[in-house]
Amino acid sequence: MGALFTKDTQAIFWNNNASAIQRMLDYDYVINRAKPSVAAIVAPTSGNKFEKFFYGPDEIMVPVFRNTTEAAAAFPNADVLLNFGSFRTAYDVTMEAITLKGQFKTVMVTAEGIPERLARKMNQAARDAGVVVIGPATVGGIAPGGFKIANVGGTIENIINSKLHRAGSCGLVTRSGGLFNELSNIISINADGIAEGVAIGGDRFVGSVFIDNLLRMESNPEVKYMVLLGEVGGTEEYKVIEAVKAGKIKKPIIAWCIGTIAKHFSSGVQFGHAGASANADAETAASKNEAMAAAGIYVPASFNDLPHTIAEVYGKLRAEGTIGEIVEPELRSVPKVRRKKEFICTISDDRGDEATYAGYPISSVATPETGFGIGDVISLLWFKKRYPKWATDYLETVIKTVADHGPAVSGAHNAKVTARAGKDVISSLVTGLLTIGPRFGGAIDDAARYFKYANDRGMSPAEFIDYMKKEGKTISGIGHRIKSVRNPDLRVSGLKKYAAEHFPATPLLDFALEVEKLTTSKKDNLILNVDGTIGILMVDMWRALGYSEDEIDGFIEAGALNAFFVVGRSIGFIGHILDEKRLGMPMYRHPTDDILYNVELADEI
Amino acid sequence: MAQRAIREYDGKAIFSKHWEKYFSGFHYGFKSVLVTNGDELRACAQKHGFEWLKQEALVAKPDMLFGKRGKNDLVLFKTTKPGDVTLEEAAKWIDEKIAHETTLLSGQHGTLTHFIVEPFTPHSQDQEYYISATTVGEDDVLYLSAEGGMEVEEGWEEKVNEVTIPITMDDANIAHLIRANVPAGIPAENKERFIAFAEQFYKFYRDLNFAYLEINPIVMIGNDMHILDLVARLDDTAGFMMGESWCGAEFPTAFGMEDQSPEEKAIAEADSKSGASLKLTILNPMGRIWTMVAGGGASVVYADTIADLSGNVADLANYGEYSGGPTTGETKFYADTVLDLMTRHKDPKGRDKILIIGGAIANFTDVAKTFTGIIQSFETYADRMKEHNTRIYVRRGGPNYEKGLKDIKDAADRLGLYIEVYGPETHVTDIVRMALEK
Repeated sequence: MGALFTKDTQAIFWNNNASAIQRMLDYDYVINRAKPSVAAIVAPTSGNKFEKFFYGPDEIMVPVFRNTTEAAAAFPNADVLLNFGSFRTAYDVTMEAITLKGQFKTVMVTAEGIPERLARKMNQAARDAGVVVIGPATVGGIAPGGFKIANVGGTIENIINSKLHRAGSCGLVTRSGGLFNELSNIISINADGIAEGVAIGGDRFVGSVFIDNLLRMESNPEVKYMVLLGEVGGTEEYKVIEAVKAGKIKKPIIAWCIGTIAKHFSSGVQFGHAGASANADAETAASKNEAMAAAGIYVPASFNDLPHTIAEVYGKLRAEGTIGEIVEPELRSVPKVRRKKEFICTISDDRGDEATYAGYPISSVATPETGFGIGDVISLLWFKKRYPKWATDYLETVIKTVADHGPAVSGAHNAKVTARAGKDVISSLVTGLLTIGPRFGGAIDDAARYFKYANDRGMSPAEFIDYMKKEGKTISGIGHRIKSVRNPDLRVSGLKKYAAEHFPATPLLDFALEVEKLTTSKKDNLILNVDGTIGILMVDMWRALGYSEDEIDGFIEAGALNAFFVVGRSIGFIGHILDEKRLGMPMYRHPTDDILYNVELADEI
Repeated sequence: MAQRAIREYDGKAIFSKHWEKYFSGFHYGFKSVLVTNGDELRACAQKHGFEWLKQEALVAKPDMLFGKRGKNDLVLFKTTKPGDVTLEEAAKWIDEKIAHETTLLSGQHGTLTHFIVEPFTPHSQDQEYYISATTVGEDDVLYLSAEGGMEVEEGWEEKVNEVTIPITMDDANIAHLIRANVPAGIPAENKERFIAFAEQFYKFYRDLNFAYLEINPIVMIGNDMHILDLVARLDDTAGFMMGESWCGAEFPTAFGMEDQSPEEKAIAEADSKSGASLKLTILNPMGRIWTMVAGGGASVVYADTIADLSGNVADLANYGEYSGGPTTGETKFYADTVLDLMTRHKDPKGRDKILIIGGAIANFTDVAKTFTGIIQSFETYADRMKEHNTRIYVRRGGPNYEKGLKDIKDAADRLGLYIEVYGPETHVTDIVRMALEK
């Protein structure tokens, strides 16, 4: 109990409602929040990994997830879910959120017209799980100066006019979202603004009702008195009356039920929300207003008199000293004109005195005494992390291992042919690099991908071999032209030895070696080759560094493994190119006797 | 709206469609037709599958959402003795009923237009039972009684067992609960059958998203079930999940409710095509105070305040709202409709007409933009508004409200219309007081 939201509250926003999210972030900036109030966005159909929003004059990136479970796992402290799903999906979204035990304290549901039976189930499930549901059919709520839900309060100008930028002393509960703003305004004019406010929603079945919110406000020391705006229909106001009579609510309440007009019309005219229809005399606005007045709640003579009642109660509490003076906080202002950035950079920054790699000034990584090697530089610029020495040493080992493999391989050959045609180093290098792909160098990628796929799904080595056979694919990373069990590849032996001595664990390599046992029992040269070993150990390295399987899959998909091969082999290619230049070799023309010519006269069609 | 009444005929059609799935072990014939006049009934009788209309004794009654048809003497089941009504007699009776206006004991009156015709079911009083289900608070409640018929409401406390079923209760516990609460008056030989039916009835009510479902009486003859009278409301918000399951049931206007005027229909149609919300109900076409209010909650407080302060609710001509960011064109159409209605009749007492253009502080609607449509409408209706001595009072806040207020004030001044404009510093409904005090 106590306050519903604080200045540290963070939400996960379900649905990429850009304007509402921007309003929240503008609010955060204006009130000087330390962290943005939206931690992440869930957008099931989005292919984006993040969305850009303004935070003050600058832009920030808010991560996007495909479902709430993943977003929650990434942001365990985000304890509010803003469910902006439609009436078709809002139920499922809330139910998923409730099953994430210990994650969400509050779920706000904006959709109007969720099927009643689903709304009742959702509300009950939330109550059983101790989750507060605000809504359905609401604009939400606000803890001024702390946390604002979506569009509550409207524009920044209105928020400041209505004193919603800092805590006042009133607890406000309404059904209507449109009048919530209005009441905030009335309270700011006639008193000192609100400490916390909730619009509970207009549907017949809403999660948290008046009494839930008022009892919480009773326990929140920031709230000194409450304003309740009820509506014709239902009996929720009577629960408040009971709580006042039973002494559970001692703070003053000012209340009014709208819809007194309904008594003049027998039936058929629906005044207000779906929940607003009096089925019995006790449910009319007039009866409820009378009953509340009789219980000692402050009830004005009409809605038009509500401001006077608020001014009167506030004045009394102020005179008693219950409410003190509010020190108006310093605010930041959001620039009127803001420009979206076309490019984003998250790895290096050249704006300061010295350019940095992931925050490290170049001078702090460049010279030998810094202790940084090229593996460290790669870990900073490629992965935005400082890897431990055993890992950077592995990266360097990989680069050294793949640097060259003689002049006959297709990439080196191309580079040499181009150099001999008189082209420069860059053109020649690029020709070699363009050869890298599925057949040349690509085995590292594929070995990591397929072995990981099998291992992630718990396949046994035999099942994996079967699976690849069914897919009609040879197993990347297995097999060598010359090397065999009896004639091992010493590069592989070296990598395995390094991993055994320095890696915390090598589960994927262990799996691959089991696979190798089976393949070599069929044919001696079906060994785990150097490409396979590099790719597989890279996965083991990332696992040991704490990356999630999804993140590692992301690295593989992005081509990070290929990139190691590209960097390493460029060294070799450049060597071959410089060799050609040094030797001054002439233009190369392939001998015709090495080509099988098989050309027939083209048919006429 | 969420809970909406459907015709008895549609309710029975829904039962029939799902009978095999829900009511195994019981039989239901679904011999019912819905007609609007005698000839239609005669034509039905010629259709294959409806031979029973010619062969069996009939019962005819209006199917227009109101109850107590027996007490209103609107159930035709006999000419001289019960069970002797022929097709021709039913057809003539229907034609007779549609020829005149009918007034019910409740005072509702109107013309009957829809009738349900079914076979007469001979049975004895002790074969009649009562069953219904609805939502009370957060729970479902199943009502069971060994006594059905018109009299069940008298002595409800003693006759009817209420079974409260929480929303999250599982089927095994529901079955247990119903068994434990079966009315004592059910004869032993029918007890198991009744329990089974009650359980099936509840699941049918629940799964088909009824908000209210009552059969009174249900006649049980062996395993033959006869639904003699049925009242049903559906939760129309579940419509998107139900599709064909509801047999295309329509939601008719209640009997005696005046049909919508062409203007109300036009606004309702515009509403259905728009992403914004446009609502209009004409309360008194001769009324003096007309409102054009943005937002559902605000429209209620304006209506409340006008009724309170004018002292005569008949002064309030209309109720309605526009909200959710209507386009300029939509706002103009809405304003045209209201201004046209407002300038049709002179106030009988010769007083000024009052136009309240009200609204709370908008969350995200651009006030200046919506006012553009209203200003365009002023251009068209300025002369007629002046003929009716119209005084305009505007109060609004929200995005771009300063420009909106200035624009509307300038336009009214240019057109020679009386106008006062106020922003968020003025209490939302205070313009009603100002208008009435002048």
